[in-house]
Amino acid sequence: MSAVFSVAGLNKAFGGLTVAGDISLSLAAGDRVALIGPNGAGKTTFVNLVTGHLAPDSGRVALGGDDITGLGPTRRVRAGLVRTFQVTRLFDDMTPREHVALAVLQRTGRGGRLVGAFEAMDDVAAEADALLDSLGLAEVAGRPAGEIAYGQRRLLEIALALALKPRVLLLDEPAAGVPQADTPRIEAALAGLPPELAVLMIEHDMDLVFRFARRVVVLAAGRIVFDGPPADVAADARVREAYLGNYAHGRGSA
Amino acid sequence: MTGRRRKAAALNPLLRDVAGLAAIVAVAVAGYWLFPDNLALLTRIIAMALLVVSLDLVTGYCGVATLGHAALFGAGAYAAGIGAVHFGVTDPVAMVAVGLVAGALAGLVAGVVMLRGRGLGQLVLSIAIVYLFHEAANKASRWTGGSDGLAGIAPDPLLGLFGFDLWGRTAYVFGVVLLVVVVALLRVLVRSPFGMLCRGIRQDPVRVAAMGASVDAALVRMFAISGAVAGVGGALNAVSTQVVGLDSLSFTTSAEALVMLVLGGAGSLYGGLVGALAFMWFEDFVSSVNPFHWLTVVGALLIAVVLFAPAGLYGTAARLLGRLGAWLGARLGARR
Amino acid sequence: MQTVFSVAIDALAYGMVLFVISIGLSVTMGLMRVVNLAHGAFAMIGGYIASHATHAMGLGYGAAILLAVAGTVAIAVPVERLLIRRVYGAPELTQVLMTIGLTFCIIGIANYAFGPTLKTIPLPEALRGPVDLGFRSIAAHKLFAIACGAAAALALWLLVEKTAFGVRLRASVDNAAMAAALGVRTRRVYALSFAIAVGLAAFGGIVGAELLPIEPYYALRYMVTFLVVVSVGGAGSIPGALVACLLLGAVDTAGRYLAPEYGEFFFYLAVIAIVSIFPDGLLGRRRR
Repeated sequence: MSAVFSVAGLNKAFGGLTVAGDISLSLAAGDRVALIGPNGAGKTTFVNLVTGHLAPDSGRVALGGDDITGLGPTRRVRAGLVRTFQVTRLFDDMTPREHVALAVLQRTGRGGRLVGAFEAMDDVAAEADALLDSLGLAEVAGRPAGEIAYGQRRLLEIALALALKPRVLLLDEPAAGVPQADTPRIEAALAGLPPELAVLMIEHDMDLVFRFARRVVVLAAGRIVFDGPPADVAADARVREAYLGNYAHGRGSA
Repeated sequence: MTGRRRKAAALNPLLRDVAGLAAIVAVAVAGYWLFPDNLALLTRIIAMALLVVSLDLVTGYCGVATLGHAALFGAGAYAAGIGAVHFGVTDPVAMVAVGLVAGALAGLVAGVVMLRGRGLGQLVLSIAIVYLFHEAANKASRWTGGSDGLAGIAPDPLLGLFGFDLWGRTAYVFGVVLLVVVVALLRVLVRSPFGMLCRGIRQDPVRVAAMGASVDAALVRMFAISGAVAGVGGALNAVSTQVVGLDSLSFTTSAEALVMLVLGGAGSLYGGLVGALAFMWFEDFVSSVNPFHWLTVVGALLIAVVLFAPAGLYGTAARLLGRLGAWLGARLGARR
Repeated sequence: MQTVFSVAIDALAYGMVLFVISIGLSVTMGLMRVVNLAHGAFAMIGGYIASHATHAMGLGYGAAILLAVAGTVAIAVPVERLLIRRVYGAPELTQVLMTIGLTFCIIGIANYAFGPTLKTIPLPEALRGPVDLGFRSIAAHKLFAIACGAAAALALWLLVEKTAFGVRLRASVDNAAMAAALGVRTRRVYALSFAIAVGLAAFGGIVGAELLPIEPYYALRYMVTFLVVVSVGGAGSIPGALVACLLLGAVDTAGRYLAPEYGEFFFYLAVIAIVSIFPDGLLGRRRR
């Protein structure tokens, strides 16, 4: 099965600090992978390297078999590699409908059109409304994004990503900062992601990880220390050491 | 939202724009009847209003602060003037077209140069650009008349019928028509996908890039469009006053345009018009006084606007009206 | 050969004057993150006070300098308190507007108080004639300007690197919130730094009065130049500002000698080129 997304030998160091040490990883269509690791392990840095915001010292990134290592971040998005942000980045003055419409217009190549309000474009408006509806944002679709609840802003981030019809989706802590009561909505959204989409999710919420992921990758100090099924993660010695340090070998289980 | 309700909702902003344009025409007609001896001043106000509106596109909508926008205005003015004096392009509509193209090219250059810088560097580049254009115009005196200015611009009668006379009636009507057409086109532009993209760029360029849109490409395009508008204003100035001076390319003019924009309120186009009208009217009123006192007044005005009314005259009024409308709506709703 | 030497001395003198005036702007920009377009206006005020002190009050050069520096600081401190402080943390455009408004006001008031003509600051006997260096002679006031610039650079370097205040200043520049959390009185550091910055600007305005003549539009005329120094040298960097000033001094002076009919055209072209090639400043330190 050919990988829709692959990273080979990715390296990045700032002076003496290795933030990415020979990272190799691949995703197939429909994968649901969680990327976890202790704080400072380099998870968000990995996303920045892969999306083109940070240039690696060496290594290769490929999307659907095509080498995208030389492409800038914008071209990678157009190629189908989309990310969401750990802290929501939205346009406070614009409504969710306008956000999603903008993304749809961008995707369909009409983002630069000088005439025509999007409300008059049936296909754009219909798609935006359907997407917002599927994520439960229909009631707030007409309110400025600065006024909606944080959980809804997170859902809007996911809606924006989906509107771009990605092949690979990188979710940077999608449930971070969301009140407990709203997490089920996020989970429902994640469950409703298109089945052929390859998803890599960075998360700290272990319950969410174990419910969502079919595969877990553990990153520690810039290196991958585990890549396998969720059931085996807790027992793996290297993972325990990454999280617990010396205590991993110390007095028995906590 | 059903298709029909959606189309109805799309009609709302369209009606608002038609109302806005009607308001401009109404004010223009009032000006014509109330101040028949002052039409030259009113036409100058229209030319400046075009510069301020072009600045609004770049600063109010895209969030790029620039102190060099007069370079685009002056480029249009000098191009139209040089076309008339040295190349015999004296049809007023052709002169405006020349100004439009020159302004757009200047805008393109300015945009590409300014995008090389970030933060303070970008501002510095904008100032350097206007000074560079100023020095170039000063030096190329064979074409531009240097510090004496370019005189002897004699536009043909408009449409072959209406001559540009001392009373300035033709120039005024010409100016009003240009203004209405430009504002109408720009209102369409800001509601287009491109307009939304630019509003997004002002609020969060990283998010825009994450949507797969090139921020730099969009900004350069907006600069070119903005330059075209400024160029039209400059050409209008050349046609109506029949001279072009170095002050149309000065840093002070750029700064004053920014003051007018902030005074009226950035980000709505109409705010720019209100600001230009208010400012230039006030300037003419105070113009008998020592010009350095004028500078103090402008400075104090700027400080006052920044501290007390950051949304400008139009912006604050719009906000108050919006609140009034909501309050009334709540009251009426409660009644039922 | 004579010309090269003259150009070099002029460039050095001009660069040093620029440094003395601009270094204050660089520090306050790096510290308070305020784009202060009114900085040149403070240099101008210093020049005006010194001119008034020497002409109308009959004071000597040294006394005039002291009075002018003190006077400018006395004017600037309440202005900072009342106006500039209101735009800390505001978007860049707001800061630009506020400080341009301030500049316009100061220009207008200067013109009203002193008239539109150039003001001179009569040099003391010691600085009037040429100084014979053996192989060449240069104007004494240029040598004085160079010496003042070097002294200012040295004094600042000592202040920033070797004193406790300097440590607190550097901490506040790097990370104000952290410095405050560690007990640094950042408000005091800001206020003191602003006073030093303005004082230096006034001093530079006086010492450089022969090269940058004092007249009401001074604040506007050299505004770009001061901003370019900060932008190219990097806000908050003393060596960066020094290099940028010398570079700009060289470019401007060379332009004036080699192509005077072109006015400042080549200077602004060079500015555009330099800022375009070094968007993060000459020393390349990217500020987040």
